[in-house]
Amino acid sequence: MASRPELLAPPEVFYDDTEARKYTSSSRIIEIQAMLSERALELLALPEDDVPKLLLDIGCGSGLSGETLTENGHHWIGLDISPSMLNIASEREVEGDLLLGDMGQGLGLRPGVIDGAISISAVQWLCNADKSSHNPRLRLKAFFTSLYRCLANGARAVFQLYPENLDQRELILNAAMHAGFAGGIVVDFPHSSKRRKEFLVLTCGQRSTNTSVTKGKGEDGESCSDDESEDEENKTVSISDRHRPRKKQKHNKGGKGREWIMRKKEQMRRRGNDVPPNTKYTGRKRKDRF
Amino acid sequence: MRLLTHNMLSSNIKGVTNGFPLRIEAEKVVEKTVEMNPDFLKKMFDKIQWKAFVDGSRAMGFTELPEEVDSSVLESDEFLSRFHHALLELHLEEGALVCPETGRRFPVNKGIPNMLLHEDEV
Ligand SMILES: C[S@@+](CC[C@H](N)C(=O)[O-])C[C@H]1O[C@@H](n2cnc3c(N)ncnc32)[C@H](O)[C@@H]1O
Repeated sequence: MASRPELLAPPEVFYDDTEARKYTSSSRIIEIQAMLSERALELLALPEDDVPKLLLDIGCGSGLSGETLTENGHHWIGLDISPSMLNIASEREVEGDLLLGDMGQGLGLRPGVIDGAISISAVQWLCNADKSSHNPRLRLKAFFTSLYRCLANGARAVFQLYPENLDQRELILNAAMHAGFAGGIVVDFPHSSKRRKEFLVLTCGQRSTNTSVTKGKGEDGESCSDDESEDEENKTVSISDRHRPRKKQKHNKGGKGREWIMRKKEQMRRRGNDVPPNTKYTGRKRKDRF
Repeated sequence: MRLLTHNMLSSNIKGVTNGFPLRIEAEKVVEKTVEMNPDFLKKMFDKIQWKAFVDGSRAMGFTELPEEVDSSVLESDEFLSRFHHALLELHLEEGALVCPETGRRFPVNKGIPNMLLHEDEV
């Protein structure tokens, strides 16, 4: 990428039919996007139970990143603002469902239903004001808040991004933290200008998981040339982890309500399980914080 | 777009308090066979809003789903294969999704719903 496409035109204008086709037929791009997506999927740290997950691909474009999800056995929903990119995705018969939409307008998805989200080379686009009505801060907020809502408790969202500068990285990170996410930035190959890649790794709610996956590759000070033969697994950590008190836990995260509990209990009883009797305490509302 | 996605999607228009489920207007539905994975179906069964799912499948021309279900249905292979078919093999190719509260139509072309909001809807 010689210059930054984000600065040239709004995404739906920049990724027109010609650019979308060019993008998707470049073997170099295909290879890079597949590699970034593999890494993002790895950073998602999904439970290894062999059950396919329902994932989101934000700024899915022509489906290059989504294909990695499919290859790993997952179902995905892809969102993109460029009709030309999506047309190519559907021409290529990707397995995911495609939506034409603007992440800056927030995601219209039900709460808690998505098992994880990836976004490859897309979120930096949100930092530009392409229309007079655009306020990057508000658009980032709408995006991250709605993303937080639709993710299942403990689910992660991983963004590979190309921030233009420190301010932009800060802007994105802040919006994510304000929405309630915990997490930070993982940098792979920080000492190599060519291979350096940044991933924003966010966790929704809590999960008692190992943090070992949240390691950057190639940050142990040893020479980090662009030599592909290096043993990537032996590189060490680079993470700036941040935590913010979780908020909004009381909404639909775990709180299924009395009716739901009664129904489940009834189901269990019918199956002959030993279920405690219903009392006035069953499924009662708890204090917001404890 | 498949019912899998339809069941997760809601209208995001400013001021709308209950944008789910979007009503399906189907002009063209296509079927594509995919391999069945019972584990995935069982997992999705807990997430699916059943009524919206049944209504959606009916709008897409598939009427073989039971109106009422509890988790015991998951033991039936016949149920699983119907559930699988409705969830993953039916694609809304042309038509629209209609916001239940405002009646705003989100057109679906070539299988892709256009969920872009107008400026005054954000
Ligand atoms: C560099 S492409 C990456 C596409 C795909 N993820 C891949 O790996 O090949 C960036 C994509 O982000 C999309 N995009 C930019 N701004 C967006 C927005 N506000 N909402 C949704 N998609 C957006 C663009 O249309 C473009 O398809």
